[in-house]
Amino acid sequence: MLRLEKRPSPSRTWQWATPVLAVVLTMIAGGIMFALLGKDPVEAIRTIFWDPLFNPQFASYSRPQLLVKAGPLILIAVGLSLGFRAGIWNIGAEGQYIMGAIFAAGVGLALYPVETRWVFPLMVVAGIFGGWLWAMIPAVLKTRFNTNEILVSLLLVYVAQNILASMSLGLLRNPEGGGFPGSRNLGQIPAMANPELIAGTGMHWGVVAAFVVVIAAYVLLQRHILGYHIKLAGQAPRAARFAGVSPAKLTVLCMGISGALAGMAGMFEVTGPAGQISIDFNTGYGFTAIIVAFLGRLNPIGILLAGLLMALTYIGGELASFMLSLPSAAIQAFQGMLLFFLLAVDLLTNYRIRLKKREIA
Amino acid sequence: MTGNELLAVAGVTKAYPGVVANSDVSFQIAEGEIHALLGENGAGKSTLVKMIYGLVKPDAGTMRFRGQAYAPTEPRQARATGVAMVFQHFSLFEALNVAENVALGMENPPPMRELSSRIKAVSQEYGLPLDPGRMVGDLSAGERQRVEIIRCLLQDPKLLIMDEPTSVLTPQEVEILFKTLRKLASEGTAILYISHKLEEIRTLCDEATILRRGKVVATCTPRDRTAREMAELMVGATLTPPARNTKAKGAVALQVAELSVASPIPFGTSLKRVSFSVARGEVLGIAGVAGNGQDELLLALSGEVRTARDTVKIDGAGMGDKGPNDRRAAGLVSAPEERLGHAAAPDMSLVENALLSGAVRQGLIRNGFIDWAKTAAFAAGIVKDFDVRTPGTHVAARALSGGNLQKFVVGRELSQAPTVIVVNQPTWGVDAAAAAAIRQAILDRAADGAAVVVISQDLDELLEIADNFAALNEGRLTIPRPVQGLTIDEIGLMMGGAHGIEVAHHEA
Repeated sequence: MLRLEKRPSPSRTWQWATPVLAVVLTMIAGGIMFALLGKDPVEAIRTIFWDPLFNPQFASYSRPQLLVKAGPLILIAVGLSLGFRAGIWNIGAEGQYIMGAIFAAGVGLALYPVETRWVFPLMVVAGIFGGWLWAMIPAVLKTRFNTNEILVSLLLVYVAQNILASMSLGLLRNPEGGGFPGSRNLGQIPAMANPELIAGTGMHWGVVAAFVVVIAAYVLLQRHILGYHIKLAGQAPRAARFAGVSPAKLTVLCMGISGALAGMAGMFEVTGPAGQISIDFNTGYGFTAIIVAFLGRLNPIGILLAGLLMALTYIGGELASFMLSLPSAAIQAFQGMLLFFLLAVDLLTNYRIRLKKREIA
Repeated sequence: MTGNELLAVAGVTKAYPGVVANSDVSFQIAEGEIHALLGENGAGKSTLVKMIYGLVKPDAGTMRFRGQAYAPTEPRQARATGVAMVFQHFSLFEALNVAENVALGMENPPPMRELSSRIKAVSQEYGLPLDPGRMVGDLSAGERQRVEIIRCLLQDPKLLIMDEPTSVLTPQEVEILFKTLRKLASEGTAILYISHKLEEIRTLCDEATILRRGKVVATCTPRDRTAREMAELMVGATLTPPARNTKAKGAVALQVAELSVASPIPFGTSLKRVSFSVARGEVLGIAGVAGNGQDELLLALSGEVRTARDTVKIDGAGMGDKGPNDRRAAGLVSAPEERLGHAAAPDMSLVENALLSGAVRQGLIRNGFIDWAKTAAFAAGIVKDFDVRTPGTHVAARALSGGNLQKFVVGRELSQAPTVIVVNQPTWGVDAAAAAAIRQAILDRAADGAAVVVISQDLDELLEIADNFAALNEGRLTIPRPVQGLTIDEIGLMMGGAHGIEVAHHEA
């Protein structure tokens, strides 16, 4: 008979081994699913994990996509992870991402056609502000009226989507676009564009920002009293209050940071890979980042790796549905399995499995 | 008074990974006997009674109940045999009324109306008045205990096990409880009475079995022994009471005036116009039955709950509106009652937990960045000075035993050269030797000129270390009085007397 026994202290080995185990289990279970769908499981797994990076035919296109997709995921997930560690659940990063993009594009287009160097930094600030502002709504409602930040932040995503639609049809629509929805292409305006910095790598300013944020978050959590207070508030809320942490201030701070980073990600996206404000601008980075944050064990370095892995499954998934005509639902199920297995094997960090002989009654 | 053998325990052994809780324990209880089970924390008392009550299965050994083999596999079976137990920590639902709570503990509860009248009848008979319709959340700790006792009495038990029943009662309430227990015994019910309060055992119990480290070290008739003799049997060493500080008192360091606080805890007790002052070198002991505002007082003094500026003054400066870290900077340290989750974060290491409250006064932070080397040295110092038994400072707080963690938590506060110390239940769940060390450390800080407030439910502890004594009763604090010359009756009245319990008035 199997029995779970609580470990005296959380296992450091398993803390790092569980994500790897989860990926392996996902490959096995996903392979079974692909086999049941009548596809060759080995080929499917290879198409998802190997071909985007090393297939001579596709790699030149899909390899840069890795950083393009991972950048915003990492940027958003690092911000979310701080809140998650403190027990503050911002589920609405998608909305904050959209608002960051709208604010940045709005500021840029309001200045159009000014061509100076400070337009781009100003748009970065506007993007950060937009995301921060959108996150402050659930934060203030929580601290003032004790509303649930999960619900409020999530519902604000749908509000943001409607604002996005309205913006691309109205205020920000390209006056020279022949009536089509969508703004001017920011990527083609030199003062506003967020170009690929090194050709063929997918590296743009958003990716640079993501790397900087990973390092900053790592230092914050390891060495700074604020990082300590965030961890303390999540693990033992009453001890945090005893240590002098104000729960309201921490909520505003964590929501603010995660909103600001999501807004920044939106800004870099709208000026770079997406290029314009359009109805279908957002593609779910804000939600996927939640998975990335947990897959990375809420640890900045882990999130960096998880973001890359998640981006890989996206690119590989697209490739698989294109090459092997796998239904996109199967790809989504595959990604879902990853989170499922991660949460399941997470148990091993705090518990060990013991074999126990059945007692003779 | 006592009759035939009721329960016999022979050679019972129970081991947990790493510790033998009971080793070859044997004793007997006769019908109508009040039998004390005496021992320090961790001596194995709880494990033993859990086996009798069917919660734990012994590894070896046998039990007989009224001559029959007795091996309960679950409490239901124990209850059916005639064994009932009142736990130290109540298992009651605060949002339900008395009758509903009693019904939840019964196998086949009768209709509510019938149950209510039975509760009334039993409570009258045994002098434990209780209104079956009242919400448990509104009851005092003493009244909640009555709910538990009546729940047991309704089952008409042959053996009633009581685990530390008096820790939540005033001396007057204890007196009444003892009358009830003696009456039960005279009717033939045996009582297994677990306690470490020796004077109580001497007045109440017929026989005592003394456990130390899971083994029976002695059996005795408590009336024939002094409390000191029994204590030394229990601890296995000679005890020296802490040395008292006789120095003159200094200036007032902590002043509390008209402090009123609405409780932040559900079903908590609000503080009502609490006033007192403590001078440097003085130890003020605050007694009171659990749930009379002790937790709230600690929160208001530590700064976790803020009040008007001048309600709390440290060295004359108004601090009522300041948070915990401002108060620490001003010289006030505090140690809450609950170790895991409040005084310490369970999953964090001792080093991280040293930072928790030591950051301000020990200068462990520079420009917001943590000096981990200095923090580790601070933690190591606490472990060394307070004899915390741990493999190292890297282990998680929850891996320490209760007593060791308590030494660490109290040590962390006392190591910060404080001017004002506030501790709630400093030796709760700590073995006698460690408790003596903690009390001595508190007295040493007072001798160094700190003003100390000790909130405790252990009257003996307060009488041992306090200069002045006050009691919390339903959120109100009595006027502090010098400990010298106080009688136990006066203390009881300060604690709120008998909370309206009557003496058993049943004519059999």
